[in-house]
Amino acid sequence: MNLSVQIGKLRMQNPVTVASGTFGYGVEYAQLLDLNQLGAVTVKGIRLNPVRGNPTPRTVEVASGLINAIGLQGPGVDGFIEKYWPFLKTLKVPTIVNIWGTTVEEYAEVARRFDALGGVGALELNVSCPNIKEGGAQFGTDVKLLAQVVAACRRVTSLPLITKMSPNVPNIGPYAQAAEDAGSDALSITNSFPAMAIDIETRRPKLANVTGGLTGPCIKPIAIKLVWEAAKAVKIPIIGMGGIQNSTDAVEFLLAGATAVAVGTANFYEPQTALQVVAGIREFMQRRGLRDVREIVGSVRGA
Amino acid sequence: MLEQTVPIVSNERDTDRYFRLVVRAPQIALLVQPGQFAHLRILSLKDALLRRPFSIFQVAGETFSILYKAVGKGTDALSRMRPGEELSVIGPLGHGFTVPKPGGETPLLVAGGYGMAAMYLLAQRSPQKGLVFVGGRRRADILCEQEFRALGWEIRVTTEDGSHGEKGLVTQPLLAELRRGTVGRKLFACGPTPMLKAVGQFADEFNVPAELSMDEHMCCGVGVCLTCVIPVKVGESWEYQRTCTEGPVFDSRRIVWETAN
Repeated sequence: MNLSVQIGKLRMQNPVTVASGTFGYGVEYAQLLDLNQLGAVTVKGIRLNPVRGNPTPRTVEVASGLINAIGLQGPGVDGFIEKYWPFLKTLKVPTIVNIWGTTVEEYAEVARRFDALGGVGALELNVSCPNIKEGGAQFGTDVKLLAQVVAACRRVTSLPLITKMSPNVPNIGPYAQAAEDAGSDALSITNSFPAMAIDIETRRPKLANVTGGLTGPCIKPIAIKLVWEAAKAVKIPIIGMGGIQNSTDAVEFLLAGATAVAVGTANFYEPQTALQVVAGIREFMQRRGLRDVREIVGSVRGA
Repeated sequence: MLEQTVPIVSNERDTDRYFRLVVRAPQIALLVQPGQFAHLRILSLKDALLRRPFSIFQVAGETFSILYKAVGKGTDALSRMRPGEELSVIGPLGHGFTVPKPGGETPLLVAGGYGMAAMYLLAQRSPQKGLVFVGGRRRADILCEQEFRALGWEIRVTTEDGSHGEKGLVTQPLLAELRRGTVGRKLFACGPTPMLKAVGQFADEFNVPAELSMDEHMCCGVGVCLTCVIPVKVGESWEYQRTCTEGPVFDSRRIVWETAN
């Protein structure tokens, strides 16, 4: 039985990774699960310099979901390389480094730094974080800027580039095509959805940042549709994500056209989820008599 | 840190809306340090996804317990659970209190409401007995008083309505005690943020070291989501540190109150 998949030059032993920002830098979960059983470890977004992040409250639980406005707190490229890379490079599975910047040039500089580091599995370009004033979503919702970011990174690295798409566009097809045309090797679909919650007693927003990004099981059907639409528009592989809690959810993403999946918010409450998804996909394939996980990809019927 | 599905041994009402939950978790119980917490997932809650963090109250053989107040969806569901039912637990988590060394400083514990729960193991494991200051709104908010007395600790109770102990805030008898100027003492506190802030100010004013267990809204509990951060001094500047990982217990001198919510 083959569970391995290719994301550009990146080979994953199984189609399951974790969503950036929900798994820290891997090391935090090393005591709770065997990271080497994952398809890849995807780390939290890194820009050139350290980022302090937003004031608190930063997250709020809502029905079947979570709204977050962390603000991409992180150690910057140097801090990441010093604090986290020594552990990550000992893993047998690849590390996908999620990167971002406030200018096209910064994206390219961060990409160049990670290219020079050696040993990185792939770069995921975060052009879709809704919680920072500069950078993030502005690049993912402007088709020209999106193409510029991808092209600028493409020029400085031969690492596989995965563009993490914003869901906040009228039609994801042209955006997916723009990323593909600019040299992206794959797409991650989707990031969080802009959202808000208000405390009715204090009449104040529940997040200090006022708005945040909605994730968790409540967004899954929207994410499935976005994957399905993007898969029709591009030839490059898609990593599907949005509310995956179990292997049934994961297989649904594969059917919609995703080649791999990422477990996100579920890591916060059930750290074993990604490994349970791997086991569940294997069980599904056995039950359905499938020999290769790629047989599932995009095989939705009547759609 | 371990993740285990563990059975409930007992889950009984203490006073009012407060409950005591005991679970059998031998491997976790063995590792617990004072001031650490357990992150509980109530499997029957379908649309409330997240785990809930609780200070570990007592450890006895193969079990540990928590003392909680039923205040919301999660704790209400927890209060309805019966012996034999199971919970998913990640624990023990966080950086707890520094247990005083033999012959070292005399501990002064300051607790508000169920903050008492986080202090029991510290009192039990401290080689020196000290003083406990506990405050609450009313009598029902004063928890495990007898258990601290049974450890041989002196306890000073305050309630805002005067229904038990001295009427007023927990900081009043604490201030009176600190004004006596006895040397060789250290403050340990757990409770609402305004109380912790007041204890931090006393620590500065009287030049007494203080460890504060910070109460910040938590999500993952293991350091990845960066929800539970507070501003902490680092050199000349400050950074957001995680209550679940660098904390919940911090040296009061490192906390930046001006930017704290």
